Amino acid sequence: MSHINDTPITEALVAEHGLTPDEFQKVCEHMGRVPNYTELGVFSVMWSEHCSYKSSRKWLKKLPVSGPQVIQGPGENAGVIDIGDGDAAVFKMESHNHPSFIEPYQGAATGVGGIMRDVFTMGARPVANLNALRFGAPEHPKTRHLVAGVVSGIGGYGNCMGVPTVGGEINFDPSYNGNNLVNAMCVGVARTDKIFYAAATGIGSPVVYVGSKTGRDGIHGATMASAEFDDASEEKRPTVQVGDPFTEKLLLEACQELMASDAIIGIQDMGAAGLTSSSVEMADKGGVGIVLNLDKVPVRETHMTGYEMLLSESQERMLMVLKPGREPEAKAIFDRWGLDFAVIGELTDTGRMVVHHQGREIADMPLGPLADGAPEYDRPHVPTPKADDFNDAWLDGAPDTLSALKKLMGSSEVASRRWVYEQYDSMVMGDTVAGPSGDAALVRVHGTNKGLAMSTDVNPRYCFADPVEGGKQAVAEAYRNICAIGAKPLAITNCLNFGNPERPEIMGQFVGCLEGMGDAGKTLDFPIVSGNVSLYNETNGTGILPTPAIGGVGLIQDLDKAVGNSFTQDGQIIYLLGETNGHLGASLYQRDVLDNHQIVGPPRVDLAQEKAHGSFVRDAIDQGLIAAAHDLSDGGLLVALAEMSLGHGIGAQIEPDGDTGFWFGEDQARYLMSVAPEKADAFEALAKDLPLKRLGKTAGHTLTFGSSLSISVAELNEIYEGWFPALMSS
Amino acid sequence: MQAAVIVFPGSNCDRDVAVCLEAATGQAPLMAWHGDANLPKCDLIVLPGGFSYGDYLRCGAMAANSPILREVVAQAHKGAAVLGICNGFQVLTECGLLPGVLMQNKGLNFVCRNTQLTIANNKTAFTSLYGAGEEITIPVAHNEGNYFADDDTLKQLQDEDRIALTYAKGDNPNGACLDIAGISDTSGRIVGMMPHPERRAEAALGGDDGKRMFTGVVEMLS
Repeated sequence: MSHINDTPITEALVAEHGLTPDEFQKVCEHMGRVPNYTELGVFSVMWSEHCSYKSSRKWLKKLPVSGPQVIQGPGENAGVIDIGDGDAAVFKMESHNHPSFIEPYQGAATGVGGIMRDVFTMGARPVANLNALRFGAPEHPKTRHLVAGVVSGIGGYGNCMGVPTVGGEINFDPSYNGNNLVNAMCVGVARTDKIFYAAATGIGSPVVYVGSKTGRDGIHGATMASAEFDDASEEKRPTVQVGDPFTEKLLLEACQELMASDAIIGIQDMGAAGLTSSSVEMADKGGVGIVLNLDKVPVRETHMTGYEMLLSESQERMLMVLKPGREPEAKAIFDRWGLDFAVIGELTDTGRMVVHHQGREIADMPLGPLADGAPEYDRPHVPTPKADDFNDAWLDGAPDTLSALKKLMGSSEVASRRWVYEQYDSMVMGDTVAGPSGDAALVRVHGTNKGLAMSTDVNPRYCFADPVEGGKQAVAEAYRNICAIGAKPLAITNCLNFGNPERPEIMGQFVGCLEGMGDAGKTLDFPIVSGNVSLYNETNGTGILPTPAIGGVGLIQDLDKAVGNSFTQDGQIIYLLGETNGHLGASLYQRDVLDNHQIVGPPRVDLAQEKAHGSFVRDAIDQGLIAAAHDLSDGGLLVALAEMSLGHGIGAQIEPDGDTGFWFGEDQARYLMSVAPEKADAFEALAKDLPLKRLGKTAGHTLTFGSSLSISVAELNEIYEGWFPALMSS
Repeated sequence: MQAAVIVFPGSNCDRDVAVCLEAATGQAPLMAWHGDANLPKCDLIVLPGGFSYGDYLRCGAMAANSPILREVVAQAHKGAAVLGICNGFQVLTECGLLPGVLMQNKGLNFVCRNTQLTIANNKTAFTSLYGAGEEITIPVAHNEGNYFADDDTLKQLQDEDRIALTYAKGDNPNGACLDIAGISDTSGRIVGMMPHPERRAEAALGGDDGKRMFTGVVEMLS
C-alpha cells in the first residue's frame, strides 16, 4: 500500500487545501522544496484565515490592547485582567458559526467547550458563560430548528460542565438565514501568580497529550471556517466535531489539580487545527523545536493516517510541556480522573517541527513560517457610503404610540428570552447574583464580596448602516450595561463576524467597525484583551450584517451595592439621563413598526458623554442613591420604561409627552433610573450639569404615559413573554 | 458531627453544597471519592447534583453501582441522614434507597428556574425547621426531574406521609406525579429532592429558603 505522502502535489490538491497559488509558492520557498501531502495539510490549516488572521491582522494591530488593568492582551488563549487582591479575570469570546449551521447541537456545544478550554488552559476556573447568537428571520423555515439545536447544545455542554450560563443576546435578521452566528464567551477566575501560558521551553522537556482520544472528527474544520457556504455545505457535516462535556469536566478538574503543582512549563488546548496548531504555537512561542511521535497518540479509530491525526479537531484534548521527570505525578492525576495521558514527543533546539509515524518521518517543517509566515493581506476596502437620514414623511400613517409599544414589546429583538435561558443552568457554582434577565450578569468571585459584571453587545443594523458608529456603539453599549449594574468596566473581548473579506465593501465594513471599536476602547479605557475573527460568513454570495460582537467585563467591589434593572417599589422618582434628540434612523421602530428597511444612519455615539454618564451612574450607585438602573437601547425610552416595569410588576406614571422620536428614538448615552424620594436631592446634586430629567414616578400596576395612554403591566408581560414560546411552538 | 459529600466524576454541585454544610456545621465536610470502598462513619451524607458519570446510560445508574455507594447504603441502613439533591435524588432511586424514578421532563427541555414549593411533611430530618404547609422558593435545574412511580407506590408514599416537598399548584416544572419535588424513606432520615436548596441559602443570591434544610438536619444530629 502506498503512503499518503506519496500522493503527488498537484495544483488541484493545493486549491482543495484552500491555498492560493501565490501562498503555495511561499510555502515552497519556506520549505526549500515542494511540501509532501502531510506538510501541505499542516500549512493549509496554519495559514487558513481562521488560524492566521491573514486578512484582519493589519487592522487588529490598531486596536487598544493595554492598560494598567491588563495582565495579558491578545495573542494568548485568553485575555487576563487584574481584579485586585491577587485575583485575575480570564476571558475570551469565540465563534462557532459554520459548524452550528451545519449541525446546530454539536456545533454550539463544541463552541462552548472550546472557549471554556481556552480559559482553563490559562489556569483559571471558568465561572460564567455567555453567548451572542444571531439567527435568520423568525419565519424562515430553518430558523426554529437552528434555535432549538443551538440552545440545546449550549445548555447541554455548559450545564454538564457545571459552569453557569448567565447572559448573552439573540437577534434575528434575514441576513443570517443561511449563516447563523454562535459566539461563545467564557469568563474564568485565577490567581495572578498562577497564570499558565502556552510558551514551551527547555530542550528535551516532554510533550504530553492529555484528554480524549483522537478520532477523525473535525478534520479541516479551520479550513471550512475560512470559506463561504453554498448549498453543498451541508455535506460537510463530518467536519463538525462531537462534544463530550463529561470528559471536559474531568479534564478541567485534572488540569486544576496538576496546575496546583509546579510541574507544567506550558499548556495549550487543542482547538482549531488540533494537534498541529497546539504544538506549533507552543514550540514557536518558546523559540524551540518539537519532535512528535504519532504512534504514541491515543486514538479511537484504526488506520488513521498521520495527516488525519495532525488535523483532527477531536474535542477535549490538551497538550502540555512538563518539567522533565514530573511525568509520573502528572500521570497519576490523569489516571485518577480516567483520562488518557501520553508522552508523544519532546522539545528540540532545531526550530522545526518533525513528525514521525509508523517508522517514517512524515513531516519536517520550519516553525516560524508555520506560526506566523502566512502572508498578511491588505485587502482592498471601500468605506461604506454615508447612509441617508431618516425621512419624517415615513411617519405619516404610522401606528399610534400604544400600538407601537405593543408591537415592539413583542418583537423579535425585545421579547423575553426566557424560553432560551431557562434551558441554561444559570445558578450552578452558587455565585450567580444576577442572571440572564439583567442589563449585565453579575457573578460573585467565590469566597469574596466582589463581583464580575458581564455583557455581550452589538447592534448589526447600526454596523451595516455606518460601521464606524456601529463599532463604537457596540463598545459603548457594553460599557453602559456594566455601569448600569454598578460595576466599573475593565476590558473587552470581541468576536468579529463578517462576510467575505475579498469583497472590498465587506472589507470596508470590517475596517470601519474596527476603527469605531478602537476609538471607543481608547476613550472609555476599555481595552480589547482577546478575541476572534470569523470571516466568510456568506451563503451563495449573500453576506451577513457586519456583527462585531463585544463581550465586556467589569468589576464591582461591593456586591451589596449592585442594583437591578427593575423598579423596586412604588413612589420612587424616575429619571432619564442623557440627551434625547429623537433619532429614529436604523432604530427598531423603523424596522419593526414602520416595516421600513431603508438603510438609514444610526444614532451618533458621543464617547465623552458615554464616559461622563457612565461614571455618574456608577458613583450614584456606589453612594446608594439609586434603586434601579437600565440602559436605553433597542426601542428607546418607552420600551426601556416597560422593561423596568416588568421585573416586579410595578408600573409608572410618566409626565412629559413627546413625539415618536421622544418615545422610540435610540439616542445613545442614556440611562433610566429610579430613586427613592428622600435621596432625590443628593442624586440631583451629584448629577451637577449632566442632562438629567425627571420623568415621573413608579406607581401601581399600570404604565401611564403621554397625554392619556396607559397599559397594564400584566398585558405588557403577556406580550413580552408570549413571543418566543409562540415562535418555537408554531 | 461528621458530614460527607460524595464526589462522582461529573458531580458539579459538590462544592456548592459543601459551602452550605460548612456554614451549618462550622467545619468543612469530608469530600468522599466515588472510587473509594471505605467511608469513615458519617452522621450526614449528601449526594450532590451534577452529571455523575456524564449521565450516560441513565441518570444516576452508574453512580448507584460505584464502590462508595455500597458504603452509603450501609451507613444509611445504620441510621445516617442522607440527602440526595437533583442527580443525588436520581442516585437514591437507582440504588433503591428511595422508590420511583426520575424521567425526562414533560417539556423535553432542561429547565432552570425558581420554583414555589410547599413543605408537605415537616417531620423529615431535613424539613424540621419549616412549618407544615409552608411555601418556599428554591430553584430547579434538571432535564430528568419528572418523578414517576406506579399508583400503589404513590398511594403508599401518601399514606406513609413520605412526600416531603411538592411544587406549588401550577408551578410543576417537569410533569412529576402528584407535583412531587422530594420524598423520604419511612424513617424520614433519607430524603431525595430535585430542587437545589444549596443555591438559595443566602440573601446575596436572592433568598435563603434553602438554608434550613442544612441547619435543620445539623440541629437534629447534634
